Amino acid sequence: MYLFMAPGLFYFLLFVYFPLAGNIIAFKDYSPFIGIRESPWAGLANFERLFTDPLFSQALVNTLQIETLQLIFAFPAPLLLALLLNSLISESVKRSIQSIVYLPYFLSWVIVIALWQQVFGGAGVINQPLRDAGIDPISIMDNPSFFKFLVVLQSMWKEIGWGTIIFLAALTKIDMQLYEAAAMDGANSRRRLLDVTLPGIRSIVILLLILRMGSMFSTGFEQYFLQRNAVGPDAAEVLDTLVYTLGFQSGQWSFGAAVGLVRGLVAAFLILFANWLAKKFGEEGLL
Amino acid sequence: MANVTQDVTTPIPGGTTRVSTNWFRRGRTDSARPVWMEEPGPMMKTAKALTLIVIVIIMLFPMVYVLAMSFSSQADAARGGLILFPQSPTLDAYRAILGGGVVSRALQVSFGLTLFGTALQMIFTATMAYGLSRTTVIGSKPVLYIVLGAMIFSPGMIPSYLLVKELGLLNTYASLIVPGLVSAWNLIIVRNFFMNIPRELVDAARIDGANDAQVFTQIILPLSKAVLAVVALFYGVSIWNSFFNAILYLNETSKWPIQLVLRQYVLQGTNLASAEGLQSGAAPPPAETIKMAIVVIATVPILLVYPFLQKYFTKGVLTGSIKG
Repeated sequence: MYLFMAPGLFYFLLFVYFPLAGNIIAFKDYSPFIGIRESPWAGLANFERLFTDPLFSQALVNTLQIETLQLIFAFPAPLLLALLLNSLISESVKRSIQSIVYLPYFLSWVIVIALWQQVFGGAGVINQPLRDAGIDPISIMDNPSFFKFLVVLQSMWKEIGWGTIIFLAALTKIDMQLYEAAAMDGANSRRRLLDVTLPGIRSIVILLLILRMGSMFSTGFEQYFLQRNAVGPDAAEVLDTLVYTLGFQSGQWSFGAAVGLVRGLVAAFLILFANWLAKKFGEEGLL
Repeated sequence: MANVTQDVTTPIPGGTTRVSTNWFRRGRTDSARPVWMEEPGPMMKTAKALTLIVIVIIMLFPMVYVLAMSFSSQADAARGGLILFPQSPTLDAYRAILGGGVVSRALQVSFGLTLFGTALQMIFTATMAYGLSRTTVIGSKPVLYIVLGAMIFSPGMIPSYLLVKELGLLNTYASLIVPGLVSAWNLIIVRNFFMNIPRELVDAARIDGANDAQVFTQIILPLSKAVLAVVALFYGVSIWNSFFNAILYLNETSKWPIQLVLRQYVLQGTNLASAEGLQSGAAPPPAETIKMAIVVIATVPILLVYPFLQKYFTKGVLTGSIKG
């Protein structure tokens, strides 16, 4: 039995826990030429710098703003779509729409952005006709002040299907007799929504909300990295891309690792906090 | 409202209800409106239909458009405007990129990585899940906590990079697979599935003298085909789509997987014609058409597995993981 667990366990120790310990370089002044062991200790200097570094505060603000927008707009969208689909009578229409909205979830960010570029880009479906007509094109894909809404829209486009399918699965599990009984008692469709449907999917909504909260500080890297050049770092630098910029582009390995460590710790705290909160509300929680 | 309730319940001569005969006649499983559900007014119906149509168009339009572009000829491209049906469709762009240059190479790399990587990931995931599913084994609990810990803490980009570098894996194909070998999420999904397999089956095999390995290969695995298929597809799709690892760990362009090629030539607009050696001979296909052909080619494998992904996702994994 232990032989079965050994290879996987070895992977987790070597590629998750060992590099976790490698975060020690955040407390050093790491130089690739002399290695981790020989690099001098820096104490908390890298962390003190977080408070004064304008790049960090900019990335932090961007991350928080984007995540707040995601929570407000992108989180409820699949719930609304699932409720709409659930109210349809025809199973085949329901299923076809599910298949269509779920598809982009499996496309890579590179492809998603290439598709958006074709529609909204400078030479895209919207702007080319404007240009041909001699009107100034509308800057959408490369507009720093619109960027935060753009990434939320892109995320919605890519990910709405995933949430929809999960919510729909939860909706179909609600006992039809509850609806019937409610209707008999004179509850109209709005009352049934509030008193039967929403309580019925409460726990799955809370579970997904936990997952969302937990990933708040790990917005993902690719979507921002790929569009960073088009809109500039002021609008597009988030914590994940800042770690890359600091470490891989300007060689500030230790400071980059400090940013990464803070990000990771806050993310871990958020997951545990959300999990605790869910249990407090009497839900099963995640862990 | 009135005619709907009639539709469902009014008996018709012959003793059956109309709705049930309809079912048989149409031979499909479309459900009828429940008795208690009011039919929405015409305003509401129109609003719903419009919303859904708009959503479908928003989701499909970019994909259809890119597909059409990839088949369009020089003449179509020169005419400009919105191409949804190319007048003289041509495969020139596909011929150009599949002719053995940069894109063909990247496709080979990505296919190889996906097949080999997924196989490796499945072996590690299934064996460990089997170990973890046997809660009576001493030590399986701490190991489970180690896995759960990996869900909460991520080591971070820089320490992971330094580790890959120390192990001498930089610029190897292994660096694109090994650092993400086992996904804690997939592992837990498979474990939960294994745990729901009736114990009696395992016990019976044991009485017949089967050892752990035999139970695993002859009882557990055959019963878990559905969940293993989904997890394999998840792994496969994520390797095919992966971009981040390649950006960090590869520096030789000849080893690039398809996603990096996509970024270089489609998003950043590097001229592919020269990279593919297309200048010679007759006029090459328009640059825009070639770009779109790369996008399509990179999407096709996903489209091919999509029906399976969808079918099994809703069936097996979803219910399992939510309960877990």
